[in-house]
Amino acid sequence: MTTSAPARASRALKIPTRLDRRYLPVLGTFVVLALMLILGGSRYENFLSPAVVSNLFINNAHLIVLAVGMTFVILTGGIDLSVGSVLALSTVVTATLLQAGLPPAVVIPLAVGAGTVIGLAHGVMVHYFQVQPFVATLAGMFFARGLCFVIAPESIAIDNASFVGLASWVQIFGGWRMSSGVLIALVVVGAGFLVLHFTRFGRTVYAIGGGEQSALLMGLPVARTKVLAYVVSGTCAGLGGLLFAMYSRSGYSLTGVAMELDAIAAVVIGGTLLTGGTGFVLGSVLGVLVLGLIQTIITFEGTLSSWWTKIVIGVLLLIFVVLQRALSLRKT
Amino acid sequence: MTKLLRHHLFWPVAALVVLLVANTVARPSFLAITVRDGHLFGAPIDILRTTAPLLLVALGMTLVIATRGIDLSVGAVVAVSGAVALSHLASSPNPDSPVTVLTAVGLALALCLVLGVWNGFLVSVLGIQPIIATLILMTAGRGVAMLITGGMITTVNSGPFKTLGSGFWLGLPVAAVIAFGVFAVVAFVVRRTALGMLLEATGINPAASRLSGVRSKTLTWTVYTASGLFAGLAGLLISADTMAADANNAGLFIELDAILAVVIGGTALSGGKFNLSGTLVGALVIATLERTVTVLGISPLVTPLFMALVVIVVTLLQSPRMRERLASATRRPTPPSEPQPAARPDSTEVKAR
Repeated sequence: MTTSAPARASRALKIPTRLDRRYLPVLGTFVVLALMLILGGSRYENFLSPAVVSNLFINNAHLIVLAVGMTFVILTGGIDLSVGSVLALSTVVTATLLQAGLPPAVVIPLAVGAGTVIGLAHGVMVHYFQVQPFVATLAGMFFARGLCFVIAPESIAIDNASFVGLASWVQIFGGWRMSSGVLIALVVVGAGFLVLHFTRFGRTVYAIGGGEQSALLMGLPVARTKVLAYVVSGTCAGLGGLLFAMYSRSGYSLTGVAMELDAIAAVVIGGTLLTGGTGFVLGSVLGVLVLGLIQTIITFEGTLSSWWTKIVIGVLLLIFVVLQRALSLRKT
Repeated sequence: MTKLLRHHLFWPVAALVVLLVANTVARPSFLAITVRDGHLFGAPIDILRTTAPLLLVALGMTLVIATRGIDLSVGAVVAVSGAVALSHLASSPNPDSPVTVLTAVGLALALCLVLGVWNGFLVSVLGIQPIIATLILMTAGRGVAMLITGGMITTVNSGPFKTLGSGFWLGLPVAAVIAFGVFAVVAFVVRRTALGMLLEATGINPAASRLSGVRSKTLTWTVYTASGLFAGLAGLLISADTMAADANNAGLFIELDAILAVVIGGTALSGGKFNLSGTLVGALVIATLERTVTVLGISPLVTPLFMALVVIVVTLLQSPRMRERLASATRRPTPPSEPQPAARPDSTEVKAR
């Protein structure tokens, strides 16, 4: 992994100075991803096969959606610790209601809506009651997890025919496979990208992260935007839960424990600053892919124990954070 | 009355009293303490014992938060500490000998000290945001703990080590004596010397405090080191209680509980003014809350929901907006956010203890 530093520096040198330095962290993530693919491809047979890459997306579709929502909140300078629990709540709501005989057309909006409502509550607590985002979403995390246990302490399998049909929809092009979950995740990524870069709301999100006071003085709708950022994250977590329910065909109240950390790690590795104001949705997607690829490589290696995943993620986080720090020091 | 309402410990103590009353109503013998085999027994003693690890972690957390930081890695450090100590005991031929136990404890604490130094290095020297700097160890730490235990739950039998977790000293649980002792020493050092004020200065404005001659970097480094050390000690107490090192679950979410204890105690996450007596009450509130859930016969499955509701109520009551409302309602001449004299927490600490 340490090869990323020189590789990145040489790359940065070759590229004409016109390149906006905001893109450097994302570029770094991209280089790491490419290096990991090359490393995997040279070490293991069948690593660079369409099946492996397709699986990378299929296994991480829910995390991609979480990371997109998390990017919005982190861009405003906040944080959302509740996404793992909200994801679990959404899977439990989906499974319980479907098993109660309700049609998916009713259940799906309810599951996603649960996330939206919790996100709204976070936004209100953060903005109107001035509770720190960390504490507000921490409370939300306990709340959502508690609600899961109240609704269904045990894992519930989903056997609703139309839901299972939806979940197992797969499009195959050559060796590539695309599940409905991946399709939804990609649509969310596209929507997140468009909203952040081509709408007033998106620009206001960046402005708040850059300086809330300045945004306020510029007459931007700070209150509405801040609350909406949490609503977006909550909704994404709800949707992520739906994708996870489709992926696992079940709802379980213990899913997604510590998944918020994966989402935050993905966003940070994707080049978004936790202080807010700088970062891209596409970077976060690359971050998720890097995390997923670590898992894949460790599976391919076979002899490595699972805990190496955690250590490698930690080391990678460290490298990225130090690099970002070095970049921001040179800027000032 | 208004003066009482204004006191920074009013809401946390009120929460604690409400919980204790609720428990006593549900089980009238709740507050009874009996002497058995020369040891004190009873629910309050039990609460003291279960508070111990949380209190240690929250103590370090308060100091870190005072410098405008946060330490997310404490849970992982707890796991590492337990893993190191028990692995050493398990691999030694004579786990019952005091020397082995002391070596195990020393090794664990030394490693946790190093982990704390590492966090401090990232934050104070490299200038990385505390939340990310400690997130790194939070993620990697459990991996390291699993590396040490080889992915298994290490269990061991060692009389002297077990005493740490479930023994009694002068009738009191050893764990509680250690935790409250460390707390008292730190509170004394921080409040009877200028250290506390310097920490607050660092948290309120690092640049200004540096310019006025406060060694902010060294202080920041010190608090992370202390936090690592206290988390390591907490890890020893937890692993000695269960006599097992579970790399995945030891100290899981203890960082969140500790942050809650600090917040309930009235220390703002934005740094600056901190108050150790509040943290003590906060830790007791959380431990009592967990106890309450069992006493009231609430299903353990609902515990997180119950915790969430209490946390939401307490944080909302303490939020700046609610404080303003209360302030105007009771017509207080001064705003509630006015800094209290530094000597005040001391006098209340004595009461709280």
